[in-house]
Amino acid sequence: MSDARPAAGLRVALFATCVNDTMFPGTPIATLRLLERLGAQVEFPTQQTCCGQIFTNTGYYDDALPSVRTYVEAFEDYDYIVGPSGSCVGSVRDQHPILARYAKNPALEQAVARTSARTYDLTELLVDVIGVTDVGAYFPHRVTYHPTCHSLRITRVGDRPYRLLKEVRGMTLIDLPAADECCGFGGTFSMKNSDTSVAMASDKARNVSSTGAEYVVAGDNSCLLNIGGVLDRQRAGVQAIHLAEVLAHTEEDAS
Amino acid sequence: MSPRRTPAPPPGELRDSLPFPKAAKIELANVQQRANLRHATHTIRAKRAQVVGELDDWEALRTAGAQIKDRVLRNLDDYLEQLEASLTAAGATVHWARDAEEANRIVIDLVRATGQDEVVKVKSMATQEIELNEALERAGIAAWETDLAELIVQLGHDRPSHILVPAIHRNRSEVREIFLEEMGTYGEAAPPDLDDEPAHLAAASRSHLREKFLRAKVAVSGANFAVAETGTLVVVESEGNGRMCLTLPETLISVVGIEKIVPTVEDLEVYLQLLPRSSTGERMNPYTSMWTGTTPGDGPQDVHVVLLDNGRTTALADEVGRKALRCIRCSACLNICPVYERVGGHAYGSVYPGPIGAILTPQLRGLGSKVDRSLPFASSLCGACYDVCPVKIPIPELLVHLRHKVVQEKAAHHEVHAETAAMKATSWIFADSRRMEAALKLPSFGGKVLRGRLNHFGPLPYPASLWTTARDVPVPPSESFRDWWARERGGQR
Amino acid sequence: MTSAREEILGRIRAAKQDLDLPPVEVDWVYGRTTGDPVHRDHAQVVDLFVERVEDYQAVVDRAGAAEVPGRVVAALQRYGATSVVLPAGLPDDVVAAIRDAGVEVREDDHLSPAQLDEIGAVVTTSAVGFAETGTIVLDHGSGQGRRALTLVPDIHVCLVRADQVTTDVPEGLAREVDSIRAGQPQTWISGPSATSDIELSRVEGVHGPRTLHVIVSEG
Repeated sequence: MSDARPAAGLRVALFATCVNDTMFPGTPIATLRLLERLGAQVEFPTQQTCCGQIFTNTGYYDDALPSVRTYVEAFEDYDYIVGPSGSCVGSVRDQHPILARYAKNPALEQAVARTSARTYDLTELLVDVIGVTDVGAYFPHRVTYHPTCHSLRITRVGDRPYRLLKEVRGMTLIDLPAADECCGFGGTFSMKNSDTSVAMASDKARNVSSTGAEYVVAGDNSCLLNIGGVLDRQRAGVQAIHLAEVLAHTEEDAS
Repeated sequence: MSPRRTPAPPPGELRDSLPFPKAAKIELANVQQRANLRHATHTIRAKRAQVVGELDDWEALRTAGAQIKDRVLRNLDDYLEQLEASLTAAGATVHWARDAEEANRIVIDLVRATGQDEVVKVKSMATQEIELNEALERAGIAAWETDLAELIVQLGHDRPSHILVPAIHRNRSEVREIFLEEMGTYGEAAPPDLDDEPAHLAAASRSHLREKFLRAKVAVSGANFAVAETGTLVVVESEGNGRMCLTLPETLISVVGIEKIVPTVEDLEVYLQLLPRSSTGERMNPYTSMWTGTTPGDGPQDVHVVLLDNGRTTALADEVGRKALRCIRCSACLNICPVYERVGGHAYGSVYPGPIGAILTPQLRGLGSKVDRSLPFASSLCGACYDVCPVKIPIPELLVHLRHKVVQEKAAHHEVHAETAAMKATSWIFADSRRMEAALKLPSFGGKVLRGRLNHFGPLPYPASLWTTARDVPVPPSESFRDWWARERGGQR
Repeated sequence: MTSAREEILGRIRAAKQDLDLPPVEVDWVYGRTTGDPVHRDHAQVVDLFVERVEDYQAVVDRAGAAEVPGRVVAALQRYGATSVVLPAGLPDDVVAAIRDAGVEVREDDHLSPAQLDEIGAVVTTSAVGFAETGTIVLDHGSGQGRRALTLVPDIHVCLVRADQVTTDVPEGLAREVDSIRAGQPQTWISGPSATSDIELSRVEGVHGPRTLHVIVSEG
């Protein structure tokens, strides 16, 4: 009997991202379970480390290059690479080509052109490649969604997250005021310009709190770390949760 | 020393300003300014979004705006020679200035040749950049700013904090106080019963400047565009102060950055749609003036154009950085920027604040000062600036590019510090997943020890305190994803 | 010593060595209408022009061609203008009606800025209108006067014929390209003078005419 699940026959490499791998393992686990539930064959190439964005965005191009090489080596055999992070996916697609050019390494440029083009944000893989918006999720909570800057303006996931969230059973999705404004994370920006970053994060947290949601959902754990950090300090009672974990959640998990 | 003719700006040189993070901390504490900026930036964002939404082909216009400027930059030498020839043929005199000092000397000499000791000024970023007003003051020539916001800044002994609305950091009651206090010292006083109604404040500026416009013999302007094929200069404005300066005096001196060129008259149809909608959020600004050299019987008969380099050719030599030279000074990137909105313009230590300032200033001035080295980092790289830029300058890409230049600059001066070492060490770890796995097993990774006792860190010591003064941090998990994978799916790749 | 000119041109040539490529192509069709009005007929374009000029708090008066002189006089009286400067080339019937109405008429015989400041109003024709942006273009040809005339007096009554109204900037600019190439100055007017410099709230009326009264004539 053939497998009728929407992602049956799809072989996908999971790009966990270093932040998720080390700090938020629940997110790649959720991504894995979700994709397997939809019928995909998910692999985790263990040579992977990081997209290198932390180096690139701080100006350390030479220190970013080893990560670019590692990425290419880990993923060059795959047609579909999926990361649960708009920011890391954006870095792979936008910055790896720039870094390869900088390295004056035509072979790396060619390799990067392949891996970058085949790297998808989770929401893109679901909506565009697998072709689903109803992933069978159940999440009986009041939720507000923060579109992270890089998912919105670098990876340009557009309305895909909203389309996926609208199909989640039991969930109430509440509009976030000033949703498309940055939370102030910005990688090392949050350290180098910590006062400005805190000012931005506080405004974001206030907007989140104003929705009365139980959960703030986003596609990047680094931004959620920032927003959630302020919410926790304020004892706001709003939990930060990654979109993949919401989408992976089913009625069986709830019972 | 003779007494000053015009209000003194704050002491000190802009490029000696504090580095951005330190200046930002001071600005963030200014509660009134933060409220003013928040109100103003949100107002203008909404206006811009509405009028941009009216044009179906906005994206095509942006593309054309970028391409025309790229075309100019690619053949800038030819276009400058063409501009010079057409200006000369139209009766204007062309001057070339390598830097601010040379431009200021040219303007001073031209004013002195007229026998006048005062000029009226059209709002101009180029003359702000070269600090012309202070150079004129030192030469005994009074320069009167006539744009309302520039007037507020000048009378307030202040510095501009925005490209388009230099007094955006001031609210109506502050403006009223400045007018009441200062106008009488430099010309017609404000009416003593002046209230803080913007219409009444605008009327006070009309009366104060009227006598200056009517008596002025020399005006100084910039230009928004310079058309190479005809020598036509274009000034876009709202109040009519520009028209007063461009029309009534006998001598007109325009200081124009060499990147202000557009090739043909037809190219103006692109920019005169992009600029007003992006800057003031209007379908069209109230007044646009175009003049081509001299016109017998109409306007100044002694017309000069100073073509200004002042670092632009250095930016042009950087194949990534040169995209900043497309800028048409609309300010949309400032208005949308979450950093600018909270900090304001002064922290940028430059006449060009906000995202465009963070990429333009370090290119025009170089990376010699602390503030200039800090500017490329004054952004969370949220990308909102690129989306609103009418000439599609990839500002986040340029910021990152300039961060790299700062790192190189520091390395060249052997400035090895904690960050350099940390980046190198982390890079080494990420070069090989086995090193990453080993690092995760170190006790210093924390989670293993602390797990179970608490699940959030409160305030931590420096440098983590930069983060934890306002935020809690979750304790790292006891098991990384790759450990979980090995345990659950061991044997698979 | 190298001149500044030679040095700057030399710096540019050195700076763009990597750019030894053909000129950048520009993907833009010039002179074509860009906004929504492309699908409208001319009557709708004129309606839009009126609506958009009014949006700037200018007063717009629509009149048949024969009604124009009377409307000009009514406008001057409405604002209490006791003197008016009239540029050469203004239609004779308009000039005659103003004279008959007893408004003091000044001709522009090299009036100084200070003299212009004593005059209450100016009446001119115009060159082109752009509907989409509510813009009136003066190219300072016959009937429009030199630039200072429409600047210093506080009231500007401006005559626009319906057939001068184009859809938008590209179509309108295309009509003015020859005039600009011939060296004529241009003044584009979109409403009375205004400022948004205080808290970005728009205030009409600063240095330029605080009253803009536009008479759009048809027929």
